[in-house]
Amino acid sequence: MKIIKNIIAVIAILSFASYAQARDQIKIVGSSTVYPYATVVAEKFGKQGSFKTPVIESTGTGGGMKLFCAGIGVNHPDITNASRAIKSKEKALCEKNGVKDIIEVVVGNDGITFSHSVKSPDANFTKEQLWRALAAKVDVNGKLVENPYKKWSDIDASLPSKKIEILIAPPTSGTRDAWNSLVMNKGCSKAAKSLFGDKAKKECAKMREDGYAVEAGENDTLIVQKLAANPDAYGFFGYSYYLANKDKIKAAAINGVKPSLEGIQDYSYPIARPLFFYAKKAHVGVVPGLKEFLDAFTSKKAMGSRGYLTDIGLVPLASDKYKVTRTAAKDLVTIALK
Amino acid sequence: MTKEQRLKKRYRAEKRFKMYGLISVSLAVIFVLILVQNIFSKGSSAFSRTMIEVEVNYDSSLLELDSPINQNSLKDADFYDLAVESLLKIYPAKDSKEERQILRLFSPDFEFEIKDFLIKNPNKIDQVVPVKITASDDIDQLNKGNFPRDLPEDRRRVSNYQLNIYDNLIEKEKINKKFNNYLFTKGDSRDPELAGIGGSLMGSFFTIIICLVLSFPIAIMASIYLEEFAPKNKITDFIEININNLAAVPSIVYGLLGLGILLSVMEFPRSTPLVAGITLSLMTLPRIIIPCRASLKAVPPSIREAALSVGASKFQTVFHHVVPLAMPGTLSGTIIGLAQALGETAPLILIGMVAFVVDIPSSPVDPSASLPVQVYLWSEQAERGFVEKTSATIMMLLGFLIVMNFIAVYLRQKFEKKWN
Repeated sequence: MKIIKNIIAVIAILSFASYAQARDQIKIVGSSTVYPYATVVAEKFGKQGSFKTPVIESTGTGGGMKLFCAGIGVNHPDITNASRAIKSKEKALCEKNGVKDIIEVVVGNDGITFSHSVKSPDANFTKEQLWRALAAKVDVNGKLVENPYKKWSDIDASLPSKKIEILIAPPTSGTRDAWNSLVMNKGCSKAAKSLFGDKAKKECAKMREDGYAVEAGENDTLIVQKLAANPDAYGFFGYSYYLANKDKIKAAAINGVKPSLEGIQDYSYPIARPLFFYAKKAHVGVVPGLKEFLDAFTSKKAMGSRGYLTDIGLVPLASDKYKVTRTAAKDLVTIALK
Repeated sequence: MTKEQRLKKRYRAEKRFKMYGLISVSLAVIFVLILVQNIFSKGSSAFSRTMIEVEVNYDSSLLELDSPINQNSLKDADFYDLAVESLLKIYPAKDSKEERQILRLFSPDFEFEIKDFLIKNPNKIDQVVPVKITASDDIDQLNKGNFPRDLPEDRRRVSNYQLNIYDNLIEKEKINKKFNNYLFTKGDSRDPELAGIGGSLMGSFFTIIICLVLSFPIAIMASIYLEEFAPKNKITDFIEININNLAAVPSIVYGLLGLGILLSVMEFPRSTPLVAGITLSLMTLPRIIIPCRASLKAVPPSIREAALSVGASKFQTVFHHVVPLAMPGTLSGTIIGLAQALGETAPLILIGMVAFVVDIPSSPVDPSASLPVQVYLWSEQAERGFVEKTSATIMMLLGFLIVMNFIAVYLRQKFEKKWN
């Protein structure tokens, strides 16, 4: 019994002693879309040897913001990754908890690829066709009805006569958020928008639940495997997953444009979006290596047009935008919270 | 119906029942076999690593070494230029684009591997020596046959140029496989060929130790008190019902408890085995108490009565006679409880264990992942090399669980007394 008592005492002392200390390791939370890029930078940063490798949690954009905005101090993360810009609600939460100086860094661009198995022929869709295939309610002959389309050819005669089957990301994912604003809202027909009235934004983004759009979970690798196995199914995810699995899946063209580095960079590919991370200025100088990490992440070697992040599918920023983001990281430029 | 017909009918019913039983057992066996076969066929290749043999010229003039040359000056030296120089010699390149493609045949750690070789063999300086260097995951997967090569170039991960080099190296027998020790010694990495479960293994180890230290004594004390000393009344009945209920509570609820109390109120550090151990011990406590009480109950009253009749106190009776006899059942209950905790992921998501941790933790308060979390993290990665890594980790995890359950069964069978 005495031994057990001693062990418990040692553990208690150990834990209290060390969490009272300052943290010597950068903590990062946030988006699972930015996670692959942030982890590569973190690993290289740790290998240089001056600082410990940052710890990165994949919590999703929303979850990351909640943790990030919970306060200042070593118990709160230093950086949060985001696959969309910070929302005004989140800014207010940050401000309420004393997180006043936030540095915004645009990491690069990502194109959401709408993909299918290599076994099925090349495809091309417009945003409106995608919206019609996915929406809960669509307009037919000037009236709002529950989505009646069962085959792609029901939407447009030029599309194949195949059953509609789309694997979609769950509502918690940042990719779904981006898909909603870039495809569902943009593709929503004018007639439907006027019929929806004030609630158009929300109603256009609502997806059908009659089995033609299947929620497939946050795991993009799993979606890739399902697409490879089923030539009739379609799915959407980040560009890097398409690049890594080119032998199994093909990307469909959107409005006639196929995703490519150049197309995503200049936004001529219609469903491209920027990726971000946010850092706390108050933690610079408190958590060792934070300033150097910001420098390493935004360096030409990482984010530049020939940087190592492009190898795994991050689309680099155009040079004028790169300059802005580089200055923000170097000079710790903070964003306005209101 | 005659008597014989009724008899036949009853026998038929029995036969049918036996058939159903056989079918369900064989279905279960088939599913387990499919699962195991699937994991093993995907995961077994993760235990080998593709190496490329390169003639490295350890030219000291490229190293800017401080004299005298010793282990320390070698450790500080930058080997990048030397490494690139030697690697580019394996095949002619006509421009910088092709040079880059050659370098991508190797894992990004090539300079460190070349450096480590010289630190181990310092007498090889200024000599040309063949060194085996880890190949990149694309070459690794190609060599293991997981990438088809008869596809058009734009749908392949490796270019025609790289494929030529690969074939050339194969012809010269420069490409070979060796046992993948990185899988066990390295922490997480974003390059599949360099990723290992060393970090998550340590994380799981610390977690289980803390879970054992906290839950085992408490569970034993609680079950002894409830079974032997506590009066039987409404309060103890109420406690008993609640222990049974707690054992059935979904594990994620304990994760919420850990998040709400350990992290928010007590401000313990996130993503650490300490918090994971405490959270999981809350989860395992009722799961240990129940088998402990069952094994105490199984000790026949005659033992207690005999001890009491020769004048032993209640305390002596319990601790000298009942508890030692109940120990095998208690221990196997604990081990099975811990095995459940080892395979648990859901509560760890909430306390921040689902994290990319490269450094291998050296204490329970260092950030860390755990084995099941590593499975979850790697299964989400885009790179093909992680598919086999994921399955290999599942194999390891299954191995640990089987060993723990085997120990539990062994303890029970070896030491348990039969009362008859």
